[in-house]
Amino acid sequence: MQFLLALIMSISIGATTGYLGSLMVSKRMALMGGALGHLTLPGIALGLIYNFDVSLGALAFLFIGITLIWALEQKTKLPIEALTAIVFSSSVSIAFLFLPQDQTFKALLGDISDLTILAATITTITSGIIFFITRKIYAQLILMSISQDLAQVEKINIKLYKLIYLMCIAIMVALGVRMVGGLLTAALVSIPACTSKNISHNLFQYSYGALLTGALACLSGLLLFKITSIPAGPLIIISSTTLFLISLFFTKKSYQP
Amino acid sequence: MQNKIVLDVKNLSVSIDDQIILKNLSFEIKEHEVLIILGPNGAGKTTLFRTLLGFIPHTGQIKWNAKKISYLPPQEFLNRKGLPSLSIQDFFHFKTKNQKDITSMLDKVGLSKNILYKQFGALSTGQFQRMAIAWALISNPDVLLFDEATSGIDIGGNQTIYSLLHKFWQETNLTILLVTHDLNIVWEHANQVLCLNKECICKGNPHKILTTENLQKLYETDIKFYKHSHN
Repeated sequence: MQFLLALIMSISIGATTGYLGSLMVSKRMALMGGALGHLTLPGIALGLIYNFDVSLGALAFLFIGITLIWALEQKTKLPIEALTAIVFSSSVSIAFLFLPQDQTFKALLGDISDLTILAATITTITSGIIFFITRKIYAQLILMSISQDLAQVEKINIKLYKLIYLMCIAIMVALGVRMVGGLLTAALVSIPACTSKNISHNLFQYSYGALLTGALACLSGLLLFKITSIPAGPLIIISSTTLFLISLFFTKKSYQP
Repeated sequence: MQNKIVLDVKNLSVSIDDQIILKNLSFEIKEHEVLIILGPNGAGKTTLFRTLLGFIPHTGQIKWNAKKISYLPPQEFLNRKGLPSLSIQDFFHFKTKNQKDITSMLDKVGLSKNILYKQFGALSTGQFQRMAIAWALISNPDVLLFDEATSGIDIGGNQTIYSLLHKFWQETNLTILLVTHDLNIVWEHANQVLCLNKECICKGNPHKILTTENLQKLYETDIKFYKHSHN
C-alpha cells in the first residue's frame, strides 16, 4: 500500500515538474531549479531533526531565500544569478552546520521510505492543482519569452504571471525534494523538457511530452527502487537521463536562419 | 465627414535614469492616416512607441481612441532562438484558434498554409516579417504600430512588406504608425511625418516639411537628398 502511494505521488510530481520544467527550459531557467533545491536544505534538515514534513521546511526556506534574493537585488542591483549563487551556497553551508551526519543522505538525495498517507495525498493533490495552474498560464508565459512587449499588448499582466509562475516553481521544488532531495531538483525539472524538445514538433507535443517523460522516469525509478532498494531519487534521475539518451536517436533536424 | 482623432499626444516627455529620452512631444493622428516617425539612431523612436503603448512611465498626455492596438517590435527584439518546439501555428494560437482565419490571413500576405507546421525560429527574415504582419493584423486592429518593419530585409523584400501594408491599409480602416529610415517609403506612403530627435524637429505633410534644412537639422549632419516623385 505504501509503495502504491509513493508511486502515485511520485508520478504526479514527475508529471507536473516535467510540464513546469518545459516552461523553465524555454525561459532558460533550468538551473534555477537546482539553486532553489539547494536553498531548501536547511528546511529539510530541520524537518528531519524535529520530525516534521520536509516539504514544509523546504517551502519555508524557499520563501526566506527568494525574499532575501529579492531584497539584496533591490539593495545592490547585482545580477540576480550572482545573488542566487550567494544565497544558495550559504544555505547549503548553514544546513551542514546542524544536519546530523546520518541524515545527510536523506537530505541530499530524498527519501520516500517513511511516507505517510496524509503526506502522499496532500502532495498528489497539490501537484494536480499546480499542473492546472501551469496549464492556464502556459501560453502567456511562452509569449512573454518571445517578447514581453507583445505579451503586454495582448493585455497579459506580466508581473502577475511571473509571480504565479515563480510560486508554482517554489511549490513543486518543495514537493520534489521529498523524492529527489535538495541536490537533484534541477534534473527533475530540466531533463524531461530536454528529452521532449528533442522529439517534439509543436508546443503541445513539447509540453505534454515533458509531462509524460517526467512521469515515466518516476515510474521506472520507483520500480527500480522496489527491486534494488537503492534510494529512489538517483534512480529517477538515471531513468530520466536514459530517456533523454534514447530521445537523441529520434532528434528532429532543426534549422536556424 | 472628418475622420476621428485616434491618438492625441500632448507635452509627452520621458526620462530614464535622469536622461531625457523624449522632450515635450505633441502630435495627433486621425483615423486611416499613416504617420511615419523619422529620426537617427538613438532618437527615441522605439521609446516613443513603447511609451504610447503604456510600457514606460512618462509625463504629459497620451489619449487613445481605439479599441484594438497591434504592435510589431523590431525583429531583433523578438526572441526566436532557444525557444521550445514552437510551430507557427502555435504562435497564431496565442491570438486565435480559428484555422480558417489563420490560413486566410497567411494567404493575404502571400504565405502558404504549410508554413504553419514550420518552427518559429526556422523562417527566413522575409518570411518571418510577412508572418508577423499576418499575426499582427489577424485580430483586426484599429491601429498598427510597426517599428523598423524591414530591418534585415533586402530591397526587394523591403518593397514587398510595404506593398503588403499598403494593401491592408487600402482595404481596411487601419491607422498606421511606422518607424523607418527610408525616405522613399515616407514619400510613397505617409500622410504625416514626425521628425524626431529626442524632441520634435518637424511634423506635418512630408511633401511640405521634408526640406534639406529640416533633414540636416534632424540628422545633425550635412546630408543631401533627392526627392522621389510620382508622375
